[in-house]
Amino acid sequence: MGLTLSWLSVIILIPLAGLFLRSLELSPEQFWAILSSRRTLNALRVSFGLGFAAACVNLVMGSIIVWALVRYRFPGRRLFDAIVDVPFALPTAVAGVALTALFAEKGWLGAPLAALGIKVAFTPLGIFVAMIFIGIPFVVRTVQPVLQDLDPEIEEAAGSLGASRWQTVTRVILPSLAPALLTGLALAFARAVGEYGSVIFIAGNLPNVSEIAPLLIVIRLSEFRYADATAIAVIMLVVSFVIIFAVNRLQRWARSRIPKH
Amino acid sequence: MTIEVKNLVKKFGIFAALDGVDLKVDNGELVALLGPSGSGKTTLLRIIAGLDWPDSGEVSFNGEDALAQGARERHVGFVFQHYALFRHMTVFENVAFGLRVQPRAVRKDEAAIRARVKELLDLVQLDWLADRYPSQLSGGQRQRIALARALAIEPRILLLDEPFGALDAKVRKELRRWLRSLHHEINVTSIFVTHDQEEALEVANRVVVMDKGRIEQVGSPEDVYESPASAFVHGFIGESIELPVQVESGVIRLGDRPLALAADGLAPGASRLFVRRHDMLVGPSGSGAFEGAVRQVRNFGPVQRAEVALLGGETIEIDAPRDKELRAGDIVSLNPRRYRIFAG
Amino acid sequence: MQIAEAVPLSPAAAKARAHAAAARDSLRTEPKAVRIVIITLAVLFLTVFVVLPLVVVFAQAVSRGVLAYLAALAEPEALAAIKLTLLVAAISVGLNLVFGLVAAWAIAKFEFTGKTFLITLIDLPFSVSPVISGLVFVLLFGAQGYFGGWLRDHDIQILFAVPGIALATTFVTFPFVARALIPLMQEQGTQEEEAAISLGASGLQTFFRVTLPNIKWGVLYGVLLCNARAMGEFGAVSVVSGHIRGETNTMPLLVEILYNEYQFVAAFAIASLLAMLALITLVAKTVLERHLDEGQDISDH
Repeated sequence: MGLTLSWLSVIILIPLAGLFLRSLELSPEQFWAILSSRRTLNALRVSFGLGFAAACVNLVMGSIIVWALVRYRFPGRRLFDAIVDVPFALPTAVAGVALTALFAEKGWLGAPLAALGIKVAFTPLGIFVAMIFIGIPFVVRTVQPVLQDLDPEIEEAAGSLGASRWQTVTRVILPSLAPALLTGLALAFARAVGEYGSVIFIAGNLPNVSEIAPLLIVIRLSEFRYADATAIAVIMLVVSFVIIFAVNRLQRWARSRIPKH
Repeated sequence: MTIEVKNLVKKFGIFAALDGVDLKVDNGELVALLGPSGSGKTTLLRIIAGLDWPDSGEVSFNGEDALAQGARERHVGFVFQHYALFRHMTVFENVAFGLRVQPRAVRKDEAAIRARVKELLDLVQLDWLADRYPSQLSGGQRQRIALARALAIEPRILLLDEPFGALDAKVRKELRRWLRSLHHEINVTSIFVTHDQEEALEVANRVVVMDKGRIEQVGSPEDVYESPASAFVHGFIGESIELPVQVESGVIRLGDRPLALAADGLAPGASRLFVRRHDMLVGPSGSGAFEGAVRQVRNFGPVQRAEVALLGGETIEIDAPRDKELRAGDIVSLNPRRYRIFAG
Repeated sequence: MQIAEAVPLSPAAAKARAHAAAARDSLRTEPKAVRIVIITLAVLFLTVFVVLPLVVVFAQAVSRGVLAYLAALAEPEALAAIKLTLLVAAISVGLNLVFGLVAAWAIAKFEFTGKTFLITLIDLPFSVSPVISGLVFVLLFGAQGYFGGWLRDHDIQILFAVPGIALATTFVTFPFVARALIPLMQEQGTQEEEAAISLGASGLQTFFRVTLPNIKWGVLYGVLLCNARAMGEFGAVSVVSGHIRGETNTMPLLVEILYNEYQFVAAFAIASLLAMLALITLVAKTVLERHLDEGQDISDH
């Protein structure tokens, strides 16, 4: 037991403690100055804002995908079910170059979009697309098992009580899935905020416009501005902690509502 | 509301869940569908509710074609075996659900909904649980909430699928009595499904015994117990002694032993003789239809149960009154007070 | 009763019935038009966002022909990156196998204070930006880091060298094995171990003869995912590697460099190897999940 804890602390705790110690070397004024600089604020806004927007898209599209995979039978269903995991498994650098090639002005999708006047690659829209890509599995894989295990009798009960299909879906099924949906949203959001590899190729990386926070950390490091890198990292880490905490609470809440037979 | 079912057939693949079922339930009755699992009783209940559809046949409510309506329009209260409570809603909201989803034109206002839910929770004696979630309730409480929820829509018919199946023995007995008195109070035509004969006999006005997708007998609890219409019913309801006998030229034989029992009107051939355990009267050797040796006696409750090896090769268990002294090794004769013989 | 059967339904009644029969289906599913729209949306979305990027990788890799593709893979730089990637993956999978087994064992089989905290801790590398994971090692071992001076004095190179890359990768892939095993071991409980110990088995014997055989598919599952992530890790490794060509470039880093130098065929050739790794991992994962499900079914009955 003691051994486990010490290994864990060597591997995880010490590095993280180092990060926080570093940030403590900064005075509050310095810390604040770094965070409130225009470039930092914009980078955080890009990461958190687009990350949240992408997570919301994933929430909606993920629900639709789960519904199709669980409730309907269609040719290729099992294949598409397996494909959902690709963004998990595909190295982020590969995803990054692939999405860029796809959405670049001469790419398969970029060309038709450009004809419509929509530019994706090397704009904030590109960041958004990459964040959607990496977030898909989180919503699908958290909601899918819950929908699968949903008791078919509750839908029959709602129907026999006079509810229309729409009422059954919105008042009975979706609320039953709510904890899983929110968990999926939180996980997709956390991943999008911290994402680096799949985003930087397609982002354009223009400071204040299409520069994500993790990239700014890398840039500050390469400029040997360790204090700046540390401050940004600490803020992002704190947000990650809050998200994990929220997810754990959500899971506990969901468990407490499951009747014990 | 009267319910009439005519020649209902429902097949799942090659398995006939219902194989030509006819049934009429009168207004205000409390009917039990009793049968072993796979007898088609739940399928029949679900078809009446509109949750399943027959391959052919008729279902009518008060003479109106019920099959022309979906489950939503039928106004049937259905209590599911595992209750199917909405676990994200409080008890109050569960009961209110059927009222809240009504079309705007006929929906009650919030105050009326609250009053109605309160009334129903009072009826099932659980008004103090209004703000709890289903996961915080006991099985018996969930059962009663499911019932209150089904009653909220003022159903024309109340259907219950194995209403006590998931409860432990003690709660089950309490709820049986309660359901009977509740039915007396609200007087809605009700049908419940059970595989437990005691439950059916104790609660229902009328019992429908089903087997293999067919109705074997319909009658009062007394009828089906005292005058079983078929070998299946006799074997399924009450504890019976079953003996393979042979009927030939007016004589009934057990093995090669002729029995001193009347064989009037019986078709010749292999048959089965049924006697209730307590209908087998014990007498001194040589005085009855059967002869046998007592193997073992156990005393409990109001009776003593004796294992008797009959001449002719079968061993049976009988229930004799406690005042009759029986010992292992006694040679006795047995005389059936009442018996039935079914061909086959 | 026979009479009722013989009376045919009026056309109006037949129509009402057909309508009601359709209503039966609507209890548990949606109208056909809605179904089609939902399936189309799901398929379209997955095709655009997942299938096409995957296809693009292979299409770009062979866009100048198979020979150019093979030549790109035979470049010394490419070979060095492949070798380094395999080495780093082997190190971090090995370390995490041990860590994961021990951590899962401790969490599933014992009760102790701080257990919830420990579980949260294990999950942490999943939700931390990979860049931050790399950064913490720079802060520890970099020239200005806490151990930087000491390391320089003893002439030990961690950052911008293989040890740093292996460390960062181990950190990032830490949760995989433990996460795969904790639920499995919790579900199996401690009864079998207690039985083994009551029969006289030692702790190690119990582990190797009772616990390990029960969780072997779970171990394989964790190792598989751990390996895939270890080979594909980009952000954390990018921060600690220093990008020394032919020395500290793993395959994902080489993809970046080649791509930025407009050597698209070469970049996508390496990327295609990584994409294949991902696909093989997914197939193996599907097979393993079936094994894990079967194991559960048996223990349920």
